[in-house]
Amino acid sequence: MLCVFACARRFGESGVAKSAIRVSSVGGVETGYRIQVCRACTDPPCASVCPTGALLRRKGGGVMLRPNLCIGCGNCVDACPIGAVQWDIELNKPIICTHCGYCVDFCPHGVLELIDLKERGEIHVAPKA
Amino acid sequence: MWLPRHDPIKNVLYIDLTLKKFWVEDRSDLFEEYMGGTGVAIKLLEEEIPRNADPLGPDNVIVFAIGPFNGVYPAASKTVAMFKSPHTGNLGESHAGGRSSIAIRLAGYGAIVIKGTSSLPIWVSIRGKNVVFNDARALWGMRSSYTVGRIIRENEPNPGFRTIMRIGRAGEKLITYAGVITETYRHFGRLGLGAVFGSKKLKALVVSGRGSIPISNKREYRKIYKELYDTMVKSPVMKKYHDIGTPVNVLRLNEIGALPTKNLKATKFENADILSGENLAKGYLARRMACSHCPVACIHLAALREPYVDEPFFYKTTFVSYDYEPIFALGSMLGAKSVDGFLKLLDMIETYGLDAMSSGVVLAWITEAFERGLIGEKELLGEKPKWGDHETYMRIIDKLVEQPNDFYKAIGKGCAYASRIYGGEDFALTFGGNEMPGYHTGPAAPYSFMVGARHSHLDSAGYSLDEKTIGKELTEEEIVDKLLEEERWRQVLTSLVVCLFARGVYKPEIIVDAFKAFGLTVKVDDLYELGKKIHMEKYKFKIREGFDLDKYKFPKRIFETPTPHGYLSEEKLVKMKRIFKEKIINEIKPIS
Repeated sequence: MLCVFACARRFGESGVAKSAIRVSSVGGVETGYRIQVCRACTDPPCASVCPTGALLRRKGGGVMLRPNLCIGCGNCVDACPIGAVQWDIELNKPIICTHCGYCVDFCPHGVLELIDLKERGEIHVAPKA
Repeated sequence: MWLPRHDPIKNVLYIDLTLKKFWVEDRSDLFEEYMGGTGVAIKLLEEEIPRNADPLGPDNVIVFAIGPFNGVYPAASKTVAMFKSPHTGNLGESHAGGRSSIAIRLAGYGAIVIKGTSSLPIWVSIRGKNVVFNDARALWGMRSSYTVGRIIRENEPNPGFRTIMRIGRAGEKLITYAGVITETYRHFGRLGLGAVFGSKKLKALVVSGRGSIPISNKREYRKIYKELYDTMVKSPVMKKYHDIGTPVNVLRLNEIGALPTKNLKATKFENADILSGENLAKGYLARRMACSHCPVACIHLAALREPYVDEPFFYKTTFVSYDYEPIFALGSMLGAKSVDGFLKLLDMIETYGLDAMSSGVVLAWITEAFERGLIGEKELLGEKPKWGDHETYMRIIDKLVEQPNDFYKAIGKGCAYASRIYGGEDFALTFGGNEMPGYHTGPAAPYSFMVGARHSHLDSAGYSLDEKTIGKELTEEEIVDKLLEEERWRQVLTSLVVCLFARGVYKPEIIVDAFKAFGLTVKVDDLYELGKKIHMEKYKFKIREGFDLDKYKFPKRIFETPTPHGYLSEEKLVKMKRIFKEKIINEIKPIS
């Protein structure tokens, strides 16, 4: 969970309430873990279902949140099948990954990677798994 | 002094199982003075438990406490549990990792106090500010603690942010060395917290939390965090825990002749190679895991592949978490012959929720008592234990949990108790009522098991002092002083609460720096003072509850088997005990 805490630290606090990345077990710790984080879709469903246009498509994939437009309906959370839109229970708004890569610096086991799309000529940014 | 501003850690959640009631109190006073973890837990225990309370009665209290570093800094992953131990009848303290400390911290509490006894089996879920009492009648009596964990997991919200502490059959049956399992592979193992849960009809405690922790100096925080993280990731000590893990000790201790073997009749084990960390890593290691917020990942899981008895090409694969101490207790101590046999026995211990260390030492005592004819097939109900025979050991564990006769009831209270009835005290390897850990390294180890406040090798790491001084002889005073200093310092670490495996990283100076992120200015001397004070508080509680060092004798066996420091001198150990008593106990007695 070092990545989860790293993400929260960007906001200058600790805990997990503000973290855009999440770790949980796949049906119990006996069977291993999964990481849920935005893969920067080029055609993101979360943006399509936002009724107020608060989620803006980003060049190269992913979205940006304009918090002043967000009414906290939660449609974006439901629209993301990989569960990568986290929810800020304190502000009642989504937490959107900005692909800054701060979490990658605190993954000691090389699970996470930040990839430059232009360099690689690829479409998606995905964790190496 | 130690309480960060606006930090929810000051909130203590009280749960009364008799009244099915809960409330929160602001205990800034305790966190200000005693920091958290061990320091706060001992004060809460002292407040809440009436003198001479029955450890298995409604008056006993369970305290879980975490500290300011949990959820803030890496490898601060442990939770301290305190209670009155049904195993020793005195102070019970046990620590575990998993997700426990993060969940408690992010649920917004610094400590949880559980009082009273439920009339029917329950499991309690703490979901942030809410506490829910669930009917656990359908789970009571279930054979496998793994299944209990699975069912609760499916019935509880907040995956990824919760800890599920539960007991197995051993806890329900009040075996005094039953433990509490958390996240399947971590344990509040020692001193019988599982039996205390069982006596309260508390099958499980679930805590989930996903809040935030305020940091007053954000820039300082990121800087110190990075420093700690980098040190940990690069540290060779931490790498040791990650690679082979704690079982790296098997070969090392065997080589120097310190690996307790066959009830400590020897300190060299002929099958050390087979049960070594290296061999396990090569042939059995399936996965490594970490406690929440720890970069080390010291948890090693072995894959145990068992064929179906009557069906070819069908296998059941179980993951069993192994460490050095279970390898000592259920391996060398019992003369194990194969990894499979060892893993099967360990898996069974986990299924029932027993403390692997005490269980192994009890089985070793049974084997020798049987060899010497102190007990026979009549007591054992037909079992004939012998070194290396894991199948017999597994049947004995089955019966231990069933408790079919007086003998099995007696060994359910540990080998100190059983040997008082059946004889064989000279080779009952207990210290202060608790079964020994896996080190026969020299004089400091058994002395530290005896005088350590929780009778654990982790109190002051006497074994480590022994290992560092092979070939040298320290005076009695030197050993007593060095270990007292170490035990006092460790009270600070377990009040923060950081994992003791990270003790090399959390040096006094860096702890002082880390407090700056909270906007708190503390000094190195303040830390040392705090450690001394907490250690005194623990001993004060022990004495209040009737602890008498003179009541406990060193088992004769430790003087009959050589260590890397040669044969131990009883005179020397007794003298060390006396010096300790003069330094600590006589200082406390008049004021308590």
